Amino acid sequence: MKKLIASGTQSVDSLQKSHGRNWTLMEKLFLGLTLPQYVGQALRNPLNWIFAIIFAVGIPIILGRFFFGLSWVTHSSNDYPWGLFLGFGLFGMVPLSSSGFLLGTSCVVFGRHDLEPMERLGLLNGLLGYFFAVVYLLIDLGQPWRLPFPMVVSFGPAAVLFLVAWHVSTYLSVQIAEVSTSFFEWIGFPIGIRAIRKITLGLTVSGIILSTLHQGALGALFTYAPGKVHPLWYSSSYQWIHFFVSSIPGGLCMVITVSTIASKTMSWRFDKRFKESLDRITISLAKGASMGLATYLTIKLMSIAHDNKWAYFATGWGEWYLVEIFIGVILPMFMLAYAIHHKNMAIIRFGALLVVIGIFLNRLNVALITFNWKLPYREIPHWREFIVTLTVYALYIVVYRFILYRLPILYEWRVEKEFAPAYVTETESTPLRLAVAYAAETESTALENSDTATS
Amino acid sequence: MKRRDFLKGCLVSGAAASLCAPSKSWAVGSFEGYPDSMGVLVDTTRCIGCRSCEAACNKEQKLPEPDVPFDDTSVFKEKRRTTEKAYTVVNRYEANDAQKPPYRKMQCNHCNEPGCLTSCFVNAYTKTKEGAVIYNAEVCVGCRTCMVACPFNIPAYSYSSAISPIIKKCIFCYHTRLKFGKPPACVEICPQEALTFGLRSDLIKMGHERIRETPDRYVDHIYGEKEMGGTSWLYLSRVSAEQIGLDTTLGNEPIISNVKDFLGMVPMVLTIWPALFTGIHLLATRNKNHGDVHDNHSEQEDGKK
Repeated sequence: MKKLIASGTQSVDSLQKSHGRNWTLMEKLFLGLTLPQYVGQALRNPLNWIFAIIFAVGIPIILGRFFFGLSWVTHSSNDYPWGLFLGFGLFGMVPLSSSGFLLGTSCVVFGRHDLEPMERLGLLNGLLGYFFAVVYLLIDLGQPWRLPFPMVVSFGPAAVLFLVAWHVSTYLSVQIAEVSTSFFEWIGFPIGIRAIRKITLGLTVSGIILSTLHQGALGALFTYAPGKVHPLWYSSSYQWIHFFVSSIPGGLCMVITVSTIASKTMSWRFDKRFKESLDRITISLAKGASMGLATYLTIKLMSIAHDNKWAYFATGWGEWYLVEIFIGVILPMFMLAYAIHHKNMAIIRFGALLVVIGIFLNRLNVALITFNWKLPYREIPHWREFIVTLTVYALYIVVYRFILYRLPILYEWRVEKEFAPAYVTETESTPLRLAVAYAAETESTALENSDTATS
Repeated sequence: MKRRDFLKGCLVSGAAASLCAPSKSWAVGSFEGYPDSMGVLVDTTRCIGCRSCEAACNKEQKLPEPDVPFDDTSVFKEKRRTTEKAYTVVNRYEANDAQKPPYRKMQCNHCNEPGCLTSCFVNAYTKTKEGAVIYNAEVCVGCRTCMVACPFNIPAYSYSSAISPIIKKCIFCYHTRLKFGKPPACVEICPQEALTFGLRSDLIKMGHERIRETPDRYVDHIYGEKEMGGTSWLYLSRVSAEQIGLDTTLGNEPIISNVKDFLGMVPMVLTIWPALFTGIHLLATRNKNHGDVHDNHSEQEDGKK
């Protein structure tokens, strides 16, 4: 793609291809390339060949799971009812998707407009993470077609999972609404954009509530199993706080990681604004993440002290616990602190990657690796389970890339360029005209501030 | 404009809150069990490991043929657990000194406050007044949280079914026997009278009576009287409970007690967060962008004219 742009191909970043002619949908889908060009660049990308191999093996196995049952892809363990699909896919991906509510909150609620270039990536990362967590869930559920049952057929309102089901589904719709702005811009549907702008604050605040509760609820699910989760990873009072707090650095570091990968592989899609603010925003996010890590470490230790579990550190489990904390929390915390101070982007990005790995490791530890620590055997997932997990993750990456290539996530959609000079000249003379033009751009901020005027 | 927006924000979050309102814990306080709850007293000192209870259960519940016939004692070489094909299994444990090795029958203990029931998000489980914990396969989604939540590792899942996998566990022969006041199949068949069916409250008295009469024969403890909030199935044994594979680290609180901390927090977040964050929003944004405030001020005025 980079080469094509260098050779003069124009990439889609506004409704109009040239003066007076709009891009057609097909052109937008093909990134403004001709079909042979598009297929050519896709075939030249070695990553696509790897995905092709993964899908060729994995998709038949996923289909097989629905034809032959779960016992065909898993060890059908009664002792380990939750395997990789939930341990990795649900419990691991949801905390890394907290970026949607974190960046939404920073930009909309806290008024951190300096983070705005990254906001959409945060929202998209959140949406896709949740969406694919649900995909993993659908593969894992015994009867996935009954997923709406807790909403319509039979209610178990005292159950933590009831709360998770409601919140994740509500939050998924909130996130679709939040991300849809980019989609509306891309297809050219201004009414939709304005409608969403009006409810942005409401969406964001409900996003905070729903996220706090279901991130916590995923942790609280394990408080049902006090005898099974290893005491070092278990805390009746703190489990939900652990999960919620760790999701904060998790989500922020996931955005850093994704933007790093994007800057290595698709920098052609960045606009000037994103390119120039990337390092600055990465440092801001890393600051947030390091505070989150410090808080997380403190409450982790607090819960150990609260239940007086220090003795477990002398066991093998204790060593493993320390490995997890060291790789996922302490090491990245110091790396981020050092790198923020010295503005060393490489170390920040590596530290962020460690946090992401640390989150996966922690959730796998709770759900799978240390689960049933009293039983004499450890469950090693079936090879097909690994492949299905990998396939869904590959699908996640493909969809992620598909959207980043097209929608205005990493770049700003150029709107009505020719309108700008008129607006500058008319600033003094016709404020009404200005208000109309301006409202479309900065409606959200304008709305808040104008409150003073009306009240 | 702004106020309307604020109200909208409140509405949306309020709607979100009301959606989740039922989840503010219906969690019960301390439930001692239904007064007429039935139970079974398992006297492990009488059990000889004949496995006839397993056979009776298999027949009564119409379970598939076992892999190993019920008269084969080679199964005792390893510790088994309940599966989709066996709602009850008998295991042999290590003996003290020269005594005969103890056996223990394992099945659903039918807790007073079952973990499976409280963890189920479609309310598939019911604790009947007779004491049985039964399961409704019609609504089960297959999330298997009940299997995670069961402290005794009892529920099994029919993973092999692609179309309708369901939870498989002992239901106290509720539909065929208990409902009509009859003892479950395993109790009826036991040749050693190791299993006694009766009112749970009577069985507790009977258990303590046996311990008092023959203190050499028993450890002074009825497992299940208080464990995990009390269970309908109760165990007497010659050796300590751990020695016959019963977990003694679980305490006397039902599973739901561990979750209460979280459930109690839910309504707080639902009510405090919207106001808190909308407030922070007002604080964080009002005094920034002075220029903007000014501009918009005049825009608004002019717009109205």
